[in-house]
Amino acid sequence: MSKKQKKMLIRILVAAALMILLPFLPLKGYLEFALFMVPYLVIGYDILIKAGKGIRNRQVFDENFLMAVATLGAILLRDYKEGVAVMLFYQVGELFQSYAVGKSRRNISDLMDIRPDYANVEIDGKLEQVDPDEVEIGTTIIVQPGEKVPIDGVILEGKTSLNTSALTGESLPREAAEGDEVISGCINMTGLLRIRTTKEFGESTVSKILELVENSSSRKSRSENFISRFARIYTPAVCYGALALAVLPPLVRLLFLGLSPEWGDWIYRALTFLVISCPCALVISIPLSFFAGIGGASKEGVLVKGSNYLETLSQTKLVVFDKTGTMTQGVFEVSGVHHSSMEDKKLLEYAALAESASSHPISKSLQRAYGEPLDRSRVSDIEEISGNGVTAKVDSRLVAAGNAKLMRRLGVNYQECHHVGTVVHIAIDGAYAGHILISDVIKPHAKQAIANLKKSGVTRTIMLTGDMKKVADQVAAELGIDEVHSELLPADKVAKVEELLAGKGPKEKLAFVGDGINDAPVLSRADIGIAMGAMGSDAAIEAADIVLMDDDPLKIAKAIRISRKCLRIVYENIYFAIGVKLFCLALGALGIANMWMAIFADVGVMVIAVLNAIRALFVKNL
Amino acid sequence: MKKTYKIDVDCANCANKMEDAAKKTTGVKDATVNFMTLKMIVEFEDGQDPKTVMQEVRKNCKKVEDDCEIFL
Repeated sequence: MSKKQKKMLIRILVAAALMILLPFLPLKGYLEFALFMVPYLVIGYDILIKAGKGIRNRQVFDENFLMAVATLGAILLRDYKEGVAVMLFYQVGELFQSYAVGKSRRNISDLMDIRPDYANVEIDGKLEQVDPDEVEIGTTIIVQPGEKVPIDGVILEGKTSLNTSALTGESLPREAAEGDEVISGCINMTGLLRIRTTKEFGESTVSKILELVENSSSRKSRSENFISRFARIYTPAVCYGALALAVLPPLVRLLFLGLSPEWGDWIYRALTFLVISCPCALVISIPLSFFAGIGGASKEGVLVKGSNYLETLSQTKLVVFDKTGTMTQGVFEVSGVHHSSMEDKKLLEYAALAESASSHPISKSLQRAYGEPLDRSRVSDIEEISGNGVTAKVDSRLVAAGNAKLMRRLGVNYQECHHVGTVVHIAIDGAYAGHILISDVIKPHAKQAIANLKKSGVTRTIMLTGDMKKVADQVAAELGIDEVHSELLPADKVAKVEELLAGKGPKEKLAFVGDGINDAPVLSRADIGIAMGAMGSDAAIEAADIVLMDDDPLKIAKAIRISRKCLRIVYENIYFAIGVKLFCLALGALGIANMWMAIFADVGVMVIAVLNAIRALFVKNL
Repeated sequence: MKKTYKIDVDCANCANKMEDAAKKTTGVKDATVNFMTLKMIVEFEDGQDPKTVMQEVRKNCKKVEDDCEIFL
């Protein structure tokens, strides 16, 4: 609790104690009034002062003013106890609100506690802690086990496991060794690292993320704008209602019905109105829900750039994917060795050696699959046949590695592969030795991700790719994606997304998921652009509305579920708060609700709405 | 030009009022107050001096909500 809050707590306790004691004293007349004014002033002096300033500044619908009028009105009607109680409960509510908001502010900033406090720089052989802001590009910094990597860079020396969970929500540590790039915000778990920085602190991943998260709730959602507009109308409307309630019924009774006007009763009902007119419960709970939702999402490695995006995401019905890098790894790997006349490993060895002079991705993946260093001296007479493949002498045997055309050209009887991907046929000394299938590997969670999306209420999943139809169709079938559009150029993707945008209903939102590298136009064209695997990629963070820090496609469905939960809470709060207020207004007008009930309802609604809002923070098990 | 200022205010509705007041100040193109992070982001019109404009913004905010502060 802050100093301000502690002071308020003491005032509340003093006033409450006096409130309980005073009714036991046999008081009458002015003495009673005077004694009740003590707790009233203890608890409400600041409200009265602020109300006075409000009047001077012509802020009539200021809530301090409303509270002052309501309580002073009650006192004039000789309901001293009520006047004090309303002020007391109002202050209790305010204290609770400020405590809850402060607490959740701290909670959420703890979640995002990735800001490094210092960087270790070696100066004259001694380690010195300096402000990360002062470290220049190209400086060597040292990160000890247990410390955060303060600035993006490349490892010069050392080997370690990095804990990236603060950035990605992924709890499995990531291995890193010499030559690897490391991004700031990771925690070095095991080994000592020497890192050469490649960016300034302000440009490092950790700064970008913090900036993004801190600015996120400034882009306000429709619900937030609705509620602040509502508050602007609500308070004056209720105040005029109160005025009407105080004046009209008594006049009607007096002039038309010939009854006694009962001014006191109607004025009391009007004062009840004023108590209910404070909009704070409404106004606080909505941004608080969004703030908590965005905070919870960032804990899971889902960065949302604004409440408006969270709102749109919750209405997502169509999800459009890019294939390469999003649903697949985007790296080509040997996925099978078929019809081999020798050991698979041996065949790979021959293929890798024959292709060893090439820098083509295919030869790279062959070498990776073989996994052992190649002895180039075993290879001679390498001949590349453009568009076909290579022939070479390996261990004095003639090896031909290439596509079907090469086999036909050499007159080798080859076997067609019925799997999808790039096929490298191998012939050794003119005899067919089998083929190696190289394909882009589907991400391990991709299938589950599509199933989860369906479960979270997404009606259509569409994949767009520049890849061949055969490959695209097979990937889509395997993953259970509804529609595929293949062999698209980047411009075609934009056109396709526009077509989809035009064809959907107004309430259905379209999300595009890409790896952010060359998807920027599509990311910005879609209702919601989601960039994934964006750790360290500024372009993606820039172009997208939502950034998934790691490249796990499961996070897409998770993000949607987080947004749905958050929005559900927002609507619950809107309906609940407005509903209870209107209900109390009705009861107040009928004379059923007294001021006690009104203030209880007001503070109670706020407490419940705030607690409900904080629920948006808990997203772990969604 | 956009600038971010730290603010201090106790209630969410007051934050909304500050936002309105800031928006209406001459020289301010747009303003957002973020109650949760206690920040005010002000976009100035071209050729306006942020320092003088912010003095006005502060004055106008104080008018609608006495108990607020903008740290300039």
